[in-house]
Amino acid sequence: MSGVEGYMYPNEVTLYWSVLIVLYPFITGLVAGAFILASLERVFRVEAVKPTYRLALLTALAFLLVAPLPLILHLGHPFRSPEMYFTPHSTSAMAMFGYVYMWYLMAVLVFEIWLDYRREIVLWSQQSKGLMRTIYKIMALGSSNIGERSLHIDDKVGWIVTLIGIPSAFLLHGYVGFIFGSLKANPWWSSPLMPVVFIFSAMVSGIAAVMLLYMAVTKLRKQAIDMRCVDTIAMYMFYIFIIDFSLEMLDLVHRVYEADESFRTLNFMVHTKLYFSQIVLQIFVGTLVPLILLFITQMVKLPEIARKRIYVLSGSLILISVFAMRWNVVIGGQLFSKSFIGYTTYKMALVTREGLLVAIGLTILPLFFLWALVKLLPPWPDKDLHEAAAGD
Amino acid sequence: MNINRRHLMILLPAAAVAWKHVLAGTPEDSPNYQMSEHWWGMLIDIPKCIGCGNCVRACQTENDVPDGFFRTWVEQYHRSDYHLETPEVISPDGGKEGFPVVKEGEEGKFFFVPKMCNHCTDSPCTQVCPVGATFITPDGVVLIDPKYCLGCGYCVQACPYGCRYIHPEKKVADKCTLCYHRITKGLTTACCEACPTGARQLADLKNPNDPIHEFLKTHTVQVLKPQMATGAKAFYNGLDGSVR
Amino acid sequence: MSGLKDAGHLFRFAGLFVLAFLVFLVVRAYVVPKSFGEYGHYRGAAIGEIAAHPVKFAGRQTCETCHTDIADIKAKGAHAHVNCEACHGALAAHADDPMSVTPVKPDSAVLCARCHTASAAKPASFPQVDPAEHSGGAPCVTCHNPHSPIIGSDFTANAAKGGAK
Repeated sequence: MSGVEGYMYPNEVTLYWSVLIVLYPFITGLVAGAFILASLERVFRVEAVKPTYRLALLTALAFLLVAPLPLILHLGHPFRSPEMYFTPHSTSAMAMFGYVYMWYLMAVLVFEIWLDYRREIVLWSQQSKGLMRTIYKIMALGSSNIGERSLHIDDKVGWIVTLIGIPSAFLLHGYVGFIFGSLKANPWWSSPLMPVVFIFSAMVSGIAAVMLLYMAVTKLRKQAIDMRCVDTIAMYMFYIFIIDFSLEMLDLVHRVYEADESFRTLNFMVHTKLYFSQIVLQIFVGTLVPLILLFITQMVKLPEIARKRIYVLSGSLILISVFAMRWNVVIGGQLFSKSFIGYTTYKMALVTREGLLVAIGLTILPLFFLWALVKLLPPWPDKDLHEAAAGD
Repeated sequence: MNINRRHLMILLPAAAVAWKHVLAGTPEDSPNYQMSEHWWGMLIDIPKCIGCGNCVRACQTENDVPDGFFRTWVEQYHRSDYHLETPEVISPDGGKEGFPVVKEGEEGKFFFVPKMCNHCTDSPCTQVCPVGATFITPDGVVLIDPKYCLGCGYCVQACPYGCRYIHPEKKVADKCTLCYHRITKGLTTACCEACPTGARQLADLKNPNDPIHEFLKTHTVQVLKPQMATGAKAFYNGLDGSVR
Repeated sequence: MSGLKDAGHLFRFAGLFVLAFLVFLVVRAYVVPKSFGEYGHYRGAAIGEIAAHPVKFAGRQTCETCHTDIADIKAKGAHAHVNCEACHGALAAHADDPMSVTPVKPDSAVLCARCHTASAAKPASFPQVDPAEHSGGAPCVTCHNPHSPIIGSDFTANAAKGGAK
């Protein structure tokens, strides 16, 4: 069989989890990370990041709406996926997905966004026209109570929801790590560190994504980028990335030092089939370079333009690094035989349901969702609305 | 040759009844089968396996296994005296058409290992199925419900033995059923039926008269990857330590 | 009271949740297969469906119901433990309709060689030959009766060679 070195069990020659399953933890990670950034302002009172609060929430929602698509598309029978809701198997990590997802989508994100925007929604439902008016009316759920007491209650409840949202975000993404980390059959995956590493890399990637989006959107709106905000975000990104990198290195060092029965195989794989995606992309280009760059911004007082460029470059590299990390986990975990004496090759299809084009489409799709959400719920102060409200 | 006598035999009620029982479609037609009275496993006697591939072909015939995928397969091991932990293993087309001849006097030990679903008591594959599409029956056989399976592939990843695959046409997980349609009618599995040397023997652990009990008493038997603690029920006699 | 009134919109949101949950429960009751949970967390009816898969190998006992003559020969020979369909292939169709489905006689040159070609990977106690050297190209059945292969055993090679004709 082509692409096989050594011996694979015959059923292992094909990879059953494709690039779509790489995309799935990547996208859910962005959701969790974006939400954590939003919670910085809301719960931890980091006022500097306020300009990104609503954008972070909308980003999380846009990506969350896309998150199940790669999963569903990779299923042999996509239309049977509601079975996960109807008969979830209590011992299966994957069965939890449906419920954790629904909880996170409805009880956390949608609810928090609704509470935060309710005042505007009510005002928009009174002042906009045509279809938009109807949409806002539906979103207001027929209540136009935006009195001071009512908004105060919203604020309190919103705070509680964010508080619940933090462990929920951890749960959503930690559990994705658990899906891989809990499989004893696969030594590349089986590790209690897996959920933790997934959470921290998720936070880094989500924060990087929101930072880049904020800078891009502000540029598009021809507004000035709030450097205090971006500096603060970059600082958090830097520190969380250090934790993430330390954890990943801990995992690596542990594996190298223990050198159990699978080590020879995995070591060979990392030095051959995964060399580019793991050593070059993930560790050097995607981790060490941005860490050094961000370290410089923390140590030296650089001019604004230099900081901006470093942030954009580091943020992009971090996204590449985290994507490479998901790739190395998902694809890497299937490249070696569970007999530990052989390797296979992943041949990515181009136009099939699990091919490259679909993967690219699914990566871009959240940006369209975000665009629509920003149109519907502009995350920046609406000047016209304020005046109109004052005139009421 | 006694064709006339044979034809006569077919018409005999006893033969007809026996055959009808075999052909019976559903368990209700085989009322003598009680799930609670059985606990199925398999005995694989490595010193008896000659690597002929009969089991692989029989399984494919009996169960319509798609080309390139295997519910059972045979591996030929070459365990060198100098690298006990890293054997050379081959399984050309699952060993379906046998193996290339090994010349006398080659260094190291050569032997065949038939592989199949271990029908584990604590199977990691049924544990991870998100919807309950794969399960262990009350008589100890791990099955897949092809009408309920999503085809997510999680069970394929969870099996330490590489026994599962996603059926390329049906798009659901597939694997050995221990010929459940046969063993529930008093027949043995297709692989056991076709094995010329008795290297594979269906075992009913709940049947006190099953020869498995005597065999287990008198032989040193091991399961594959015991460190996986899956409660595997494919018992290997004469299993070399290099087998994985 | 006014606190409750000011939180009225929250109850509307919660109401949507409850409604969605009720719809879910109704759909669930309708969609989940009847036999789900009969034996465990799976569709109980699946067991019967899998058991209904058609049988292709009839099994030795079925063969011997009719082919008693061959069974007698085999029982005394070195192939006594070899099941009929190990060599003749799956023949449930023949057992089902012996008149119209007639098995093809296996080619002994291929069939015998499959097991008896010498290889150091085979157990030493298993009878093995180099086919070319052993017979010089002559078919195995020239000398051996496949149902009782040891030459000189009670039944001569030609007396009962082969199964059904």
